[in-house]
Amino acid sequence: MKQLTIISGKGGTGKTTIAAAFASLAENAVIADCDVDAADMHLILDPQITETIDFYGLKEASIDDSLCIHCGLCKENCRFDAITDDIRIDSYECEGCGVCAHICPEGAITMVERKAGEAYLSETRFGPMADAKLGVGEEASGKLVAFVRENARDLADRYGKDMIIIDGPPGTGCSVIASIAGVDMVAVITEPSVSGIHDLERVLGVAGHFNIPAVVCINRHDINEENTRVIEDYCRKNGIDVVGKLPFSRIPTEAMIQERTVMEYSGNELSNEFSEKLKEIWGNIMRSLN
Amino acid sequence: MKIAIASGKGGTGKTTIAVNLALSLKDAQLFDCDVEEPNCNLFLGYDLEKVEDVNVPTPVIDKSKCDLCGKCSEFCQFNALAVLPEDVMIFPTLCHGCGGCSIVCPNEAISEVDRKVGVIEGSTNEDLVFYQGLLKIGEPMTSLVIKALQEHIDKNTTAIIDAPPGTACPVIASVKNVDYCILVTESTPFGFHDLKLALDVMRILGIPFGVVINQCDIGDNRVEEYCIEEEIPVLMKIPYDREIARLYSQGIPFVNEMPEWKDRFVRLFRDVTSLYEMRDRTEQ
Repeated sequence: MKQLTIISGKGGTGKTTIAAAFASLAENAVIADCDVDAADMHLILDPQITETIDFYGLKEASIDDSLCIHCGLCKENCRFDAITDDIRIDSYECEGCGVCAHICPEGAITMVERKAGEAYLSETRFGPMADAKLGVGEEASGKLVAFVRENARDLADRYGKDMIIIDGPPGTGCSVIASIAGVDMVAVITEPSVSGIHDLERVLGVAGHFNIPAVVCINRHDINEENTRVIEDYCRKNGIDVVGKLPFSRIPTEAMIQERTVMEYSGNELSNEFSEKLKEIWGNIMRSLN
Repeated sequence: MKIAIASGKGGTGKTTIAVNLALSLKDAQLFDCDVEEPNCNLFLGYDLEKVEDVNVPTPVIDKSKCDLCGKCSEFCQFNALAVLPEDVMIFPTLCHGCGGCSIVCPNEAISEVDRKVGVIEGSTNEDLVFYQGLLKIGEPMTSLVIKALQEHIDKNTTAIIDAPPGTACPVIASVKNVDYCILVTESTPFGFHDLKLALDVMRILGIPFGVVINQCDIGDNRVEEYCIEEEIPVLMKIPYDREIARLYSQGIPFVNEMPEWKDRFVRLFRDVTSLYEMRDRTEQ
């Protein structure tokens, strides 16, 4: 089974739009939305949820006031400033390490499970999908990403799918690392702005760090042709394939408003041209992947 | 006063607002808390100096003292240690630096060494006091770098904080102690959906907020209609403008080339200040 993750470093370069188009082009794939703290794929694919699974992230410390003698040992030993002066747990700071529970001489602290989000299995018009919603401000987004990917693998086994298309999050941190760990290839969607280039280089660094082959797609290439050439040169020098370029267009937004993929939104010359380009890019990615 | 610029969705214009706002004010400080992908200095072009490393204390095992009892790996919630029949393996990037392993080790075989996860850089000689955090490639400990960066905020002046996208812990670390949050969105279904997620964060944390609608004419009107319905202040609307997009792509802050926008950002700041003070009064 092949796994492909769409990432970008910089947000808003078109990951979800392009991943949704790929979902409609793939013949036998499961779709996984791993941007778990701002998942948008469902707005286009309108999934019918078949199963909702509670997600428990890291545990959290809980203090039994009737046993606490306010000795302050927990606060002293907590490295995350998660215990306040009046010996209360600050949920947003607690990382669930368990040091306070271990150190408490009165046994007043226990580590409790905490629901940190929900994961969903669903059906879409392009095949099965796995996604999730992380609770606001929760830690453990990387863990939830790993859980979504596990669900996607289960779906692939269940329905005999031979590919997983993963829509990744922006950035380079824990949820990005969890989204690309062990995949066969990453497709980096970038744009020819100084920010796009800077973030592309960093996220390619992350892919390289984990020895994952990468290809690049330049979105809105005509916003700045000079920077587009900078990206193409950079990729050539580093032996990275540029699988295609897409022009600036209002088509993705118009399609999004109608809750359709770009591939389904057609009818005029512009949108047909845009769809053709995406087909070509998908073909190039499939060739690299195989 | 501390003002954060945040958004649920990435690429809506947080950095654009943060940089142009900071440049339009006198004596502001700017902090780039998007430490996974810091972009502010691409627009400022300042010479930055390293201020400090951000380190996580990570275990090392003294093999002459270790009897492979396995208490450390049993305790570690992050699976950063694995005790094998003849050795202990450490996975540094999984370690959160809680120190639990060295506390539970009965043989005092575990000590800790600093592992660098990022760096804080800054510039104090320019028009603007500017600091940024940079997460090391391959490291997952984003929030730690953000917290270290925020130690440099001078409480006596205006601090503008450019937050990362999303709603998870790096966002909380960036906005937790601010006085006001400007949420930047765009008039598309994705922008609208992710704005509502960002609003949830603000409401839970009790931070007053207003909205800037960037590229306000590219999609539909749902964002603005929703803001009116929910009585959320719309602080500024920026239409799609090829010139702004071009300047952005070249890394030029658009207030430098289109000075009429400077006044609008000064007005935005004044509006934010009075909204904040109004709220302060109602609370008293």
